[in-house]
Amino acid sequence: MSHEQPAKKPVVFRGGGFAPRRIRWIGLAVFFVLIGLMEIGTQTGFITALTLPKPSDVFGTFVHLWESGLLWKHLLPSVTRLAVGATIGTIAGISLGISIGLFSYVRAGLVPLVAAIFPIPKIALLPLFVIWFGIDEGSKYALIALGTFTPTVVATYSAVDNVDRTLIRMGQSFGLSWRSIVLKIVLPGAMPGILSGLRVSLAIAIILLVAAEMLGAEYGVGAYILEAGSLYDLERLFAGVAILSVLGVGVSALVGLVETRLLGWRS
Amino acid sequence: MDLQLEKICHSYGSLEVLSDVSLDIPAGKIVCVVGPSGCGKSTLLRIIGGLERPDSGRVVQIGEPPADSINPLTFVFQDFALLPWRSVRGNISLVLEDHGIRGERCDAIIDDVLARTKLSEFKKALPRQLSGGMKQRVAIARALAVNPAVMLMDEPLSALDSQTRELLMDDLISLWSRNPFTAVYVTHNLQEAVRLGHEIVVLSRRPGVIREIVAIDMPLSERTMGDAGLEAKQKYLWNLMREEAVAADKELISVP
Repeated sequence: MSHEQPAKKPVVFRGGGFAPRRIRWIGLAVFFVLIGLMEIGTQTGFITALTLPKPSDVFGTFVHLWESGLLWKHLLPSVTRLAVGATIGTIAGISLGISIGLFSYVRAGLVPLVAAIFPIPKIALLPLFVIWFGIDEGSKYALIALGTFTPTVVATYSAVDNVDRTLIRMGQSFGLSWRSIVLKIVLPGAMPGILSGLRVSLAIAIILLVAAEMLGAEYGVGAYILEAGSLYDLERLFAGVAILSVLGVGVSALVGLVETRLLGWRS
Repeated sequence: MDLQLEKICHSYGSLEVLSDVSLDIPAGKIVCVVGPSGCGKSTLLRIIGGLERPDSGRVVQIGEPPADSINPLTFVFQDFALLPWRSVRGNISLVLEDHGIRGERCDAIIDDVLARTKLSEFKKALPRQLSGGMKQRVAIARALAVNPAVMLMDEPLSALDSQTRELLMDDLISLWSRNPFTAVYVTHNLQEAVRLGHEIVVLSRRPGVIREIVAIDMPLSERTMGDAGLEAKQKYLWNLMREEAVAADKELISVP
């Protein structure tokens, strides 16, 4: 028998990955590189003026909008419509979602109805809303409210369903009142699900806002974009679209802020 | 306050889980309930605590609970059941707020129970920052805060590692020695049963019936790890349960 040492070989590493890390600035860098490429392409004539406007021209249009005061004239009504409509829709949605989560009869009666309303493109109902709520702000609030309502209901009642039942039994075993169990256990427990539903429904709200403004409004980001589009004014069109993107990022940041305030206990 | 269980029967659908269980729970004693898995131990505890309604039979209180008892029948759960969004203090104040105890009185109770469970410095911590043993200490502190007449403990140490379990058993014994409480202690761990139980109720496999009640007279404070008398009791209990446990292990799971 030989006394040769068996060969040593390191164990191959095969773990790691599947754990998203937070990397700052990359998103912003991608954004600037894309705009830079567009600028170079349009400046050199590689991209014709009919295909894409020069980003610098779009920026110029935006600056002009700002200086002339037109920006606020368009943005303020839009933000108001978004705020009023989305507030009505989410408050109603969260209330109904919690009722569905808590009461079997409400669930049995209204879940099919919500499922029936959900897939209707709400914009198709705008003419109806104009008759019901008037051509002005009322119909726009109603459209945005209905659009945020259905996804909020669904997100809320599934969040209530997912609240840990042992926590509820604990509440009962300590003699907590029904009201306290709902307010102190069910509602905070459902909050993560409700807030992630809010992200989706607020994005839908922005889409509906623009659609409503395109169909009938003097001022508003949607009206501005529609006007630019019909004149084939690409600079203004892109300036309007950029405003919408910023609005979307802003709303998402707002939800993120609420999440860190309310859900600090999670991470 | 004593508790008495009168002929409790319970089934889930066609599955009979408890059959004709009658039992006395005398004040100031710890009654351990042991049995193979799925024998209805936890169901029995939930019935005693009024969280589940038995098909027949009833649980009666004999005598009034002490006047200062805020929540006479109080649970300690296996998975702690702490609200993750409330601090240690908030988890305890939760169960006091609803009984109208706020402000200074609430703070005094919280400081007292946290001191008794050696948690004073963790008052502001959130559950996720605590180890399993600490979480169960918080749950025990919460139970003590409402001054229960009977503590209903549902496998309180089963989610913990064995070292932590030893520490918490010692804590429970010293808590009981300083201020004897009544408890129904459900466990599948026979070592816990012989260390903590004045009486050990052995349930059979489904449907759970009482096979035997084993009394241990040795005072809790004298029971140490590896005591020959306790080992003998534990062995005796294991022999009682062994066949049932083997059969329970082979059973197909169909508990709802």
